[in-house]
Amino acid sequence: MDTTHWLPGATLDTLRQAARLRQSVRQWMLQQGILEVFTPALSAAGATDPHVASLRTRQGKYLQTSPEFPMKRLLAAHALELADGTSTRVQPDLYQIATVFRAEESGRYHNSEFSLLEWYRIGRDHHALMQDLENLLRHIWDTAELAWPGIESRRYGVEVRRRLGVWPEQATTNDIARYFASAGRSYPESIGGDVDAALDLFIDEFVLPEFAGDAFTLLIDYPVSQCALARLGSDEEGRAVARRFELYFGRLELANGFHELCDATIQRSRFEADLRKRDHLAAERISMDENLLQAMAAGLPDCAGIALGLERLHMVLGQHAHIREVMSFDEQRA
Amino acid sequence: MANYGTNEFKGGLKIMLDGDPHSIVSNEFVKPGKGQAFARTRVRNLKTGRVVERTFKSGETVEAADVIDTTMQYLYNDGEHWHFMNPDSYEQLAADKAAVGDAYLWLMDEALCEVTLYNGQPLAVTAPNFVEMVIKETDPGLRGDTATGGTKPAHMETGAVVKVPLFIEEGEKIKIDTRSGEYVSRVK
Repeated sequence: MDTTHWLPGATLDTLRQAARLRQSVRQWMLQQGILEVFTPALSAAGATDPHVASLRTRQGKYLQTSPEFPMKRLLAAHALELADGTSTRVQPDLYQIATVFRAEESGRYHNSEFSLLEWYRIGRDHHALMQDLENLLRHIWDTAELAWPGIESRRYGVEVRRRLGVWPEQATTNDIARYFASAGRSYPESIGGDVDAALDLFIDEFVLPEFAGDAFTLLIDYPVSQCALARLGSDEEGRAVARRFELYFGRLELANGFHELCDATIQRSRFEADLRKRDHLAAERISMDENLLQAMAAGLPDCAGIALGLERLHMVLGQHAHIREVMSFDEQRA
Repeated sequence: MANYGTNEFKGGLKIMLDGDPHSIVSNEFVKPGKGQAFARTRVRNLKTGRVVERTFKSGETVEAADVIDTTMQYLYNDGEHWHFMNPDSYEQLAADKAAVGDAYLWLMDEALCEVTLYNGQPLAVTAPNFVEMVIKETDPGLRGDTATGGTKPAHMETGAVVKVPLFIEEGEKIKIDTRSGEYVSRVK
């Protein structure tokens, strides 16, 4: 019998740091006039994202994997509420610190239950949101009296082409498998013809290790095949890309941002594509969130949104090596 | 044999890869927020001892290797094989040079060793972490020199050579850490 199992993974000092991080976030949100909202953790709809596994209660409800859909429903509802012309009020931007759940995600940087800071800026695109993100991070670093580590950006397509010789949308799994072989790295044959899975591993294996080890990096211009909930646009070369970015510190992924897709018809077809991919991967069948689709049909305002993992940000702030060190009780102790 | 899914991977798990038994040394869960999950492992080939990196797509299954670690008593060497006995069943097994490796340097009568069995046959032998041996041959001791920190080679009956402090004499019994091959202390 392990008699230390009841003890927390985080020290008292680390828990103080966690509290200060959240205070710092809320202070900045308040300064920016972003409204804090609260949406349910239990929902009738689950995540259709092919690589996100939801936890489900015995009564059939899903634990949220992200507060994105209910927050978008609020954005659409607020637009409707203020659209009758009688009001001169401006629609507020929204934020939330949500506890989210992802089944089968556990490791040094993963815990099935974690905290997402999610916020939406109306009338802004992903470029403005990246500046917003940098402002928040600078505020947090200032508050913690730490030197700003710096931030740079890299383009997904350029990083892939620099190594493979082709843009990601032109790459085949054979090209990628050959690159792994020539670098003497292990490549799972079970990837089969799944180019996006091969690209995921390629990025992790070859691109992320070259990011500055002690600074932030924004990876921008994701391939269209990985657009998720972002709208499409074009890059400097006029190539079609997703208006999506990710934030890293070293090689640790911290946040994912979109210039949000607002078109309900396109959203429905993406959900359908997700569901086909889930069937192909033999993942659980999940019905799409009709409430979100109705909200988008009613009118989701042009906006950019981002989700940032707070425990991981805390790991970076406090230079912690394992996620359990920043949580009172990680999933092994919960 | 049973199969293991990637979510069961952990250090020490014995799996079959490319027809050889392997032991997982480390396992890292890799997953971009919106992307495919992988298990990046380092595995040791239990036949060759080589450690390589091997990445699996999450959800893959691998065949379990019929590998078990047992504690056995060393009996004797017949010039070609090292013979061990299971102290509970008295069953005897012979291990060849490939399985014994460098562990023969520390094998003395009745030493309790860890013998790794693959399909019931010895695959690897690990000597006890600490053994006590009598020095067969070494230079004469420098009496009273316990402070200078100098060392000299000392030869054991098994062929092992251990660096010992200058004050140690031939015929003395010493304690050795077999994992590093280093002298630990005198045994009175």
